[in-house]
Amino acid sequence: MNPDVVKEKLASRFGSDLIQVENYRGQVIVSVPGQKIIQICKYLRDEPDLRFDYLSFVAALDRMPGSPRFELVYQLYSTKFNNRLRLKAFAIENEAGDASMDSVFSVWPTADWHERETAEMFGITFNNHPDPRKLLLPEEWNVHPLRKDFPLAGSDQDTPDLPK
Amino acid sequence: MSQVTNKMPDARSEVMELNLGPHHPSTHGVFRAVVELDGEIVVNVVPYLGYLHRGFEKTCENKQYHQVIPLTERCDYMGASSNSLVYAMCVEKLLDVEVPERAQVIRVIMAELSRIFSHLFWAGTHGHDIGAMTPLFYMLREREEIMNLFELTSGGRLMPNYIRIGGVGQDLEEGFVEKLKQFCDHFDQRVDEYETLLTKNAIYMDRTVGVGVLSLDDAIAMGVSGPMLRASGLKADVRKTAPYCGYENYDFDIPVQYGCDIYSRYLVRIQEMRESNRILKQTLAKLTDGPIRAKAPGKIFPDQQDIYTKMEALIHHFMLVIKGVCVPAGEYYECIESPRGELGCYIVSDGTPNPFRLKWRAPAFVNLQSLQTMSRGCLFADLIAILSSVDIVLAEVDR
Repeated sequence: MNPDVVKEKLASRFGSDLIQVENYRGQVIVSVPGQKIIQICKYLRDEPDLRFDYLSFVAALDRMPGSPRFELVYQLYSTKFNNRLRLKAFAIENEAGDASMDSVFSVWPTADWHERETAEMFGITFNNHPDPRKLLLPEEWNVHPLRKDFPLAGSDQDTPDLPK
Repeated sequence: MSQVTNKMPDARSEVMELNLGPHHPSTHGVFRAVVELDGEIVVNVVPYLGYLHRGFEKTCENKQYHQVIPLTERCDYMGASSNSLVYAMCVEKLLDVEVPERAQVIRVIMAELSRIFSHLFWAGTHGHDIGAMTPLFYMLREREEIMNLFELTSGGRLMPNYIRIGGVGQDLEEGFVEKLKQFCDHFDQRVDEYETLLTKNAIYMDRTVGVGVLSLDDAIAMGVSGPMLRASGLKADVRKTAPYCGYENYDFDIPVQYGCDIYSRYLVRIQEMRESNRILKQTLAKLTDGPIRAKAPGKIFPDQQDIYTKMEALIHHFMLVIKGVCVPAGEYYECIESPRGELGCYIVSDGTPNPFRLKWRAPAFVNLQSLQTMSRGCLFADLIAILSSVDIVLAEVDR
């Protein structure tokens, strides 16, 4: 896929200063502002020339000690045009340092479990998620193991086996 | 079928919650679901995962790149070679290393053998879940042959641990090609045998045709991939849409069915075994002599013979073991067609010997999400059949 086409289309719709397009080893990576994630995802899915109708996964990166700390990654695919695109956006942090992001469940229902997993692993809140329970970890375990400051040997305060 | 009449006047009408699992033979691992039932009709299914969660991604972040390979194969132990393949391919892209021709062909052999391996066990246990005891014994017979092939060349029967970054671990063992040829020659006939057991079986068809329907729109929205997506009528296969390992040079078809039900998924998987065998037969002709690992000093392990005879090779080997390989900063998403669907590996590197982040896109994890959609309104006994048709490997779902 030609990255310039995506860049042109997104820039004309959302403003060129907000969108960054990168081509690394033949893969298109688009960085967008987290506030507009829903509009941009809807646009990428519905635009007749793009049609990114398939979401492969949602993941997060912990950019500690950078600020904002958490970056979200959406890997998209178009079953119609056989194109792949990676969307990246920083999660929004409030004064207390809690990160949140709008859920893309309304755009791609497959985001459900991916976002639940990301939420528990990194401690990111997904707004408007229909089922914000934990997925893989025990409900009473209040740590976020995939954060970079979580010790590899496990947390010494909380253990997953013992309900508090 | 789903109408309940002749209710007694004082019958209680609230839904019944039934716990399925985590230890239940039909869940093929440790999977728990709370099923809400109205009589025998499934109203809702709420899956509870995580019983096999081992923190795979966290562990990978703390391992060197060459050390991650055995961990990947423990995700999907049914199609083990697919896992190490996608990981190795992703790291090779980041390292900018080209894999030699012979290694590519060997990788295709391993990937296709593990596809047959996985589908065989699926077909056997799927029949078992539905009440057909016999198929499993037939499937295990050929599965044993594949395990012997794996053992011959790599030493491991279930998880070969054979694929390395830049190529494969060692060259094919003597006698492997002949044994593979024997297997290819009789396997088509064996698939015919399997089909006599289930394909036209009236009981099997009654249980599966029109059950567990997942429309194409739903399948795409739910991110379903692999045989399940092809059984819903989309001709999508990463081997065709984005060929890797030289799949563009092989002549094979992508089986598609339009029934969207369990029976279609069965037909797709059976047909895929035939196509995999077709690819295996072609690999035998393409297997030319040559190196089995890329030559990239300081990145890829040197040949064992060189370590004994060349000083530089010994130094590189030592440094790779002690320090690991520093992958250039960048990120890459590689995906392949595993037996279960789009298996992806997303690696972010920050230039150190450990991955900054490794995300595993496990197809079974995503496919399982559609269980709710497929099973609402069906009978409880059908739920077991539907769960089985997803072909889950819980180690991959929970990672």
